[in-house]
Amino acid sequence: MTTNTADIFPRISTVGYDGLLVSFADAMAEPSNRAALAFRGAIDAASWNGVVETSASLASTYLRFDPNNLPRTEIQDKVRHLLAQQNWFEAPLPAGRRLWRVPTVYGGELAPQLDEAAAAAGLDSMEAVRRLSDTKVRVLTIGFAPGQPYLGPLGPEFNIPRLKELTPMVPEGALVLAISQFVLFSGPTPTGWRHVGQTAFRCFRPNAPQSFALKPGDEMQFLSVSRDELESIRANNSDGAGGATCEEIAG
Amino acid sequence: MSLIVHRIGPACTIQDKGRVGYLDQGLSRSGAADQLALHEGAALLRQSPELAALEMAGMGGEFEATQSLGIALTGAPMQASIDGAPVVWNASHQIEAGQRLVIGAATRGTYGYLHVSGGIASEAFLGSRSAHLTAKIGSTIQTGDTLPVADGSGVTGMKLNPDDRFSGGVLRVIASFQTPLFDQETLDRFVQTEFRRGSRANRMGMQLDSEGESFAAQGQLNILSEVITPGDIQMTGTGSPFILLPECQTTGGYPRIATVLPCDLPRAAQTPAGGQIRFEFVSLDTATALQTAHNAELARLPMRVEPLVRDPHDIPDLLSYQLIGGMISATD
Repeated sequence: MTTNTADIFPRISTVGYDGLLVSFADAMAEPSNRAALAFRGAIDAASWNGVVETSASLASTYLRFDPNNLPRTEIQDKVRHLLAQQNWFEAPLPAGRRLWRVPTVYGGELAPQLDEAAAAAGLDSMEAVRRLSDTKVRVLTIGFAPGQPYLGPLGPEFNIPRLKELTPMVPEGALVLAISQFVLFSGPTPTGWRHVGQTAFRCFRPNAPQSFALKPGDEMQFLSVSRDELESIRANNSDGAGGATCEEIAG
Repeated sequence: MSLIVHRIGPACTIQDKGRVGYLDQGLSRSGAADQLALHEGAALLRQSPELAALEMAGMGGEFEATQSLGIALTGAPMQASIDGAPVVWNASHQIEAGQRLVIGAATRGTYGYLHVSGGIASEAFLGSRSAHLTAKIGSTIQTGDTLPVADGSGVTGMKLNPDDRFSGGVLRVIASFQTPLFDQETLDRFVQTEFRRGSRANRMGMQLDSEGESFAAQGQLNILSEVITPGDIQMTGTGSPFILLPECQTTGGYPRIATVLPCDLPRAAQTPAGGQIRFEFVSLDTATALQTAHNAELARLPMRVEPLVRDPHDIPDLLSYQLIGGMISATD
C-alpha cells in the first residue's frame, strides 16, 4: 500500500518503514480525538503479535510493528477489519480515566500573557479567568516533551493564533494557550503559545514510582488560586503534585 | 569493577538500544545513534548487543580501568592508545588495572563507541541505560566520573572489517504519509540534489544544506501535528531538511518528505559536517528486502570476527608485553 491523500476518513497510511497511521480527520475536533483514543485502546486490547508500540495523537492512531514477524498486508487487513467493527467517532472514551484539579495562578508576574490572551479572545481578564478556570479539558495527546499534555478543546473564543515571536523561555508547570488548546509544560521551553497560568504540577517525574502523571483521555481543570496559595504549595511539593487532586471518572 | 574517567569529550553519553514503549508519553526511543556499532562491539567481545556502551561524539577521552577489562572500539574511527601504545580500531583489546586508555578525535564519521566486557552497568531508567539529554534523562559524562562495569568474560584480541559508513553517500528512503504533501517537481528536485551535512547536528537531528531553492510542502504552516519517527526527513519553516535522530520529538507540525530506512540510519548519523548525502526512493518491497538482508548481516557479525594479527613493529616493548590474556597467543 502507498500513502494516499483522498479526503476519506478513517484513512490508513504508512509511517516510515514499520508504522501505520489511522487518521480520523485532518483537523482537531472532539469526535476525531475520541476516535483516535478509542481505536488505540482497541489495538492495545487486541494485543496482536508483532505490534511493538502504539500511540494516539490529536486525530489519529499510530502503531509500529515488526515487518519481519508481521507482514504489512496482514497488519493492514487486521487494522481494516477492526476499523469496520464500529463507528469510532461515537466510541466511549478509554476506561480508567481520571479528573485532575490543578491549582493555577492566572496572570500577573507568574503568567504575564493572560491579559493579551483575554483581549485576543474579546474578553476582559476576569471573565477569561472565570471561563478558563471553569472548563474541564481532556488530555488530547501527550507529546513533544516527556509527559507533556495537549489539552482541549476550550471554547471557540479561545481559538487565538500562536504568537509570531517566540517567548524565549517559560518555566516548567506553565499553562500556555493557543488555538482553543492548553499545553501544560513539562520543562522550561521557548514557545509561541501565550503564557496564561502557572502551576506547580510536574507532568514528568523521573524519580517517582510513576514517571508520567497523566494518560491520554484524562481530564484536567485548572482552578484559579492566589499567588500566596501557589507559593505555599511550592514550599511543600516534593512529590511534584502541585497541590492537585485526582479522582477516577466513573464509567 | 569500573572505568575512571580522567578526561572526556563534550558530548559523550551512555547508550544502548534505547527505550521502547513511551511514545504515548512523549518520550522518544533515544539509544545509540549508530545501532550497528552496538552489534559490532558485541560481536568483538562475544556478548549481547543489548549491553550499554559509551557513545563518543567527535572526541573520546582518557580512561583508567580499576581491574583487568576487555574493551572494544567501534563506530567512527578515532585515534586510540593504551599506555601510549596505539591500538587498532574495530577491534577488542585487554586493558589491565591502572593502564590508561586514551581515545582522541574522530578521523572519519561522528560517533565512536567504547564497549566493555559485561557492559556499562549504570542504573537503568524505564528499561534502558540510554541518556536522553533533551528529556533530561541521564547526562553527558564528566571528568572524574566513574563508569560502573558489569562482570563479563569478554573475549579480546579480535577484529572486524566493517563497511565504510563514515563519509555520507546515498541514503535509501521510503515515502511516508506526508510525502504526498510535496509536489512531483519538489520530490524530483529532492532526489537530484547533492546535500551537505550542515553544522547544526546533534542526537535530535542533523541539518542538510544545499544550493538552490528550498523544499516546501503545500499548506506547510497549517498541518496538524503528527507522529514522528527517527529517520524522518523534516522540512522546517525555511524548507531546509533535517534528518531526525534518536532523541527527536515524538510529534511535530513540520512536514516530513520521506523516511530513511533503518538500515541506512547509521550511515546518516555518522556523516561528518560537510559530508555529502543524496537520497534515493525505494519501494516498500525493496525496503523490506534490504532490511531483511541487513538483519541477516547483523546475525552473521559474530562469525565475521577474526583474530587480531599484530605486527611486532606495532608493539613498542615486546618483551614486557602481557601475552597470556584473552585470545592473544605467542604466534600472533
